Amino acid sequence: MNFNSLRKDIIGNNISVKELVNDIFAKIDHKDPEINSYICTTKENAIAQAENIDKLIQNKEKLPPLAGMPIAIKDNICTKGVVTTCASKMLKSFVAPYESTASSKLWSSGGICLGKTNLDEFAMGSSTETSVFGVTSNPWDINRVPGGSSGGSAASVAAGFCAAAIGSDTGGSIRQPASFCGVVGLKPTYGRVSRWGLVAFASSLDQIGPITNTVSDAAEILYSISGKDPLDSTCLDKPVPNYLTDLNKSIKGLKIGIIKECFEHPGLNPEVKESVLSGVDRFKTLGAEIYEVECPRFNDGIATYYVIAPSEASANLARYDGVKYGYRSNECSNLLEMTSKSRAEGFGDEVQRRILIGTYALSAGYSDAYYKKAQKVRTLIRKDFDNAFQKVDILLTPTCPTTAFLKGDFVNDPLSMYLSDLLTVPANLAGLPAISIPCGFDTKGLPIGLQLIGDVLEENKILNAANIFEIDAQVVKNRPLF
Amino acid sequence: MNNLESWEAVIGLETHVQLNTKSKIFTSASTAFGDAPNTHIDPVVCGLPGTLPVLNETVLEYAVKTSLALNLNVAEHCKFDRKQYFYPDLPKNYQISQFDEPLAENGWLEVEIIEKDKETYVKKIGIERLHMEEDAGKLVHSGSDRLAGSKYSLVDYNRAGIALCEIVSKPDIRTGKEASEYASEIRRTVRYLGVSDGNMQEGSLRCDVNISVRKGPNAPFGTKVEIKNMNSFSAIQKACDYEIARQIEVYENGGKIFQETRLWDEAKQLTKSMRLKEGSSDYRYFPDPDLGPIEITKAQKEIWFKELPELPSKKRNKYVSQFGLSAYDARVISDEISMANFFEETVAYGAEPKLASNWITSDIVGYLKSNKLSFSELKLSPENLAEMISMISNKTISGKIAKEILPELVQKNISPKNLVEEKGLAMISDSSSILPIINELITEYPNEVQAFKNGKTKLLGFFVGQLMKRTKGKADPKLANKLLVEKLNG
Repeated sequence: MNFNSLRKDIIGNNISVKELVNDIFAKIDHKDPEINSYICTTKENAIAQAENIDKLIQNKEKLPPLAGMPIAIKDNICTKGVVTTCASKMLKSFVAPYESTASSKLWSSGGICLGKTNLDEFAMGSSTETSVFGVTSNPWDINRVPGGSSGGSAASVAAGFCAAAIGSDTGGSIRQPASFCGVVGLKPTYGRVSRWGLVAFASSLDQIGPITNTVSDAAEILYSISGKDPLDSTCLDKPVPNYLTDLNKSIKGLKIGIIKECFEHPGLNPEVKESVLSGVDRFKTLGAEIYEVECPRFNDGIATYYVIAPSEASANLARYDGVKYGYRSNECSNLLEMTSKSRAEGFGDEVQRRILIGTYALSAGYSDAYYKKAQKVRTLIRKDFDNAFQKVDILLTPTCPTTAFLKGDFVNDPLSMYLSDLLTVPANLAGLPAISIPCGFDTKGLPIGLQLIGDVLEENKILNAANIFEIDAQVVKNRPLF
Repeated sequence: MNNLESWEAVIGLETHVQLNTKSKIFTSASTAFGDAPNTHIDPVVCGLPGTLPVLNETVLEYAVKTSLALNLNVAEHCKFDRKQYFYPDLPKNYQISQFDEPLAENGWLEVEIIEKDKETYVKKIGIERLHMEEDAGKLVHSGSDRLAGSKYSLVDYNRAGIALCEIVSKPDIRTGKEASEYASEIRRTVRYLGVSDGNMQEGSLRCDVNISVRKGPNAPFGTKVEIKNMNSFSAIQKACDYEIARQIEVYENGGKIFQETRLWDEAKQLTKSMRLKEGSSDYRYFPDPDLGPIEITKAQKEIWFKELPELPSKKRNKYVSQFGLSAYDARVISDEISMANFFEETVAYGAEPKLASNWITSDIVGYLKSNKLSFSELKLSPENLAEMISMISNKTISGKIAKEILPELVQKNISPKNLVEEKGLAMISDSSSILPIINELITEYPNEVQAFKNGKTKLLGFFVGQLMKRTKGKADPKLANKLLVEKLNG
């Protein structure tokens, strides 16, 4: 169900957009109870949008670029008049009076909103298990997690419950679930896409991006949602190239750097390593030049990330106090109790753990040793990347050390869970664009992801390489059967 | 008294100035004062999830201009930080402020201390820093004047997110008078710049005072106490003076001063303890990742510097040295920039400065006040005021006539010369016109003339009155006096 095939059907009048949307909702109604990828669907709205597009087609009017493409939105991205829960008891009934810039650009490009997808509570997790609405299942094996935090988005794309989905990526939350679910996930350069309307987790790392069936679909969505936004001062004022233009360019002579440190990491699953290395061979066959590069601080990313992200989160989540909106405890007789009980009852364990870590890391007497030191390491990691990009055009790593794990495997072992982000967090810390594409399957039949990292604002390079690889490798020939 | 003299007070002020930008510091919501609660709010003000702050560029301009006017060094780069604490008047439970890289540092302000029966002196008071931050909302408590003990509390976010400049003085202040004068000079300065209305009653200028006493200028600092809740300059002075006396008394009686926050009670005219400060609060400051670094280029700074008006202290010095005004008059006439400019223009049209200052600060200000008008709404031009003043100086009209025609001048801006001619109000200053009237009076009041000659000289006033009545006040009073005395004695 990629954009080009849908477009052919719609424009060729094989199916109306309304029929298409109805078919998808029928599938969701029938099969999503097993997957639990949606928190809520917006059928009425979707049908109305679909009818508008159908009218345009009937009248042979000019169609906007994403006309009729059914898209799901991660439920930490605000959609006007529809609940935005962040999969938390805290915001279970929160309805934003505004639309995120990214989603509003999708709708004005003709995209059709199907609903809001499941996630780890406040995007904090790597398995979608911390959602107050329950875990999402991996369509390739429903006993396994889809990854996280954009697990609902990735699972819904893999299961065919939408043509594409929007996720957010703070330390790998788009790429890791894309890898686990055998789909494409792109985290753009920090500032490429406006964060207005994205519920903040760690503001200096958060970035919205697409999860799609194909690289070309990711390029289309990126083009539609990128660009300067007066509502977000961290959003870059840089021209948005048409990411489709370079997509099929030959990659002959493209210099790809293999980050030595990640292939040497003891946590890397041998099957994953083997599959990714065969992907490297394929790139070589396709004409790319392969170099080994060193990023000595790459593996320090995870420790750095788990200081900086919780620190920012501890401030970002302070606003949830039961005063203005969201959950308020009934059992309180004074202000202190209202604040502390609302937060204790409204937030889940993982969110509270990260708020506590962040509060500690920023406290007087500790912030030098933790927060400030982490910022210094962050600068060093960025420098490593700068050095690497002096030699090569793009970098290549596995997306994740493992394939999808079983539900419950790490619920009581957060540290092991955090290691799942090992290979994805450095790109967030350095603000770089990175894409995860399927490169193979393990012996259990679970998808394996390969990550390409680009230099700042060089999304076109990684999209080009990923697209050439995807067309040549044809990794995912069949959709998962669940 | 001896004891009082051996003690020295050390005072520093933290001043919050609300900038009068139309919209708030990080969003387009209005900054209007006095409207129904929660009418000037939006998703950003309320800290709704997914919202982001974007700096209002005018805030930066106003803050830099204020810094330059206070002789501060404006940083080339600075940033915003999050100051974290939980309180319901703070929608995000952190305040966007500036911590270790403030907008400007190390400046000074010159204040002039004028007190009755004391020598006037000028003092330079150091300024530590100026930074930008957002204001908090307001809590309204039911059944108590504060949170503790209230049945419930309501929050109004109209004020939340209004731009503030926090200006921190160095501990250079020694008396309550100096403290209040420093605060009013800040007010005068921001009003000159047009960046704030400096209204203490409405809270657009708020001062907290840090105060301690020590035995003489070389002794180590004593324990400092913070005083809040002063909403006038005289309250600042009285609160400082009260607190200085209180601290001295405590020490003199062998007691101890605790580091605490005290509130000024205007009704009882005393400070009372609000809370003890146990150690320093941990606000867990860190750079706000939603706002990029702020860069102020040299070129931009120069442009803003050139836009600064002449400041009050400079005007005061000029008025004393060039115009010969007294320090007190110079202070009064320079209090508002519109008044000072009006004054200077009037002088430029040839008016005698002292007279111009008197006319402006008494009659014209009086007229504006009673009609609730500002100088910009005044119809009278400086040129016409200068003309009227020179008509008094060259005796075309008397001061009394001038006072009579002023109400018409301020409303119509007509030439006083024309008005005087039209109404025939020119002063009668030739003896030949006055003498016949004096002769009339002498004939009509023989008894009074006799009484005067017998020594009842008070009756001169009676004759002057009669003369003025018959000339409709137009007789030159000096000349009339002189001629009357001559005639009555003759």
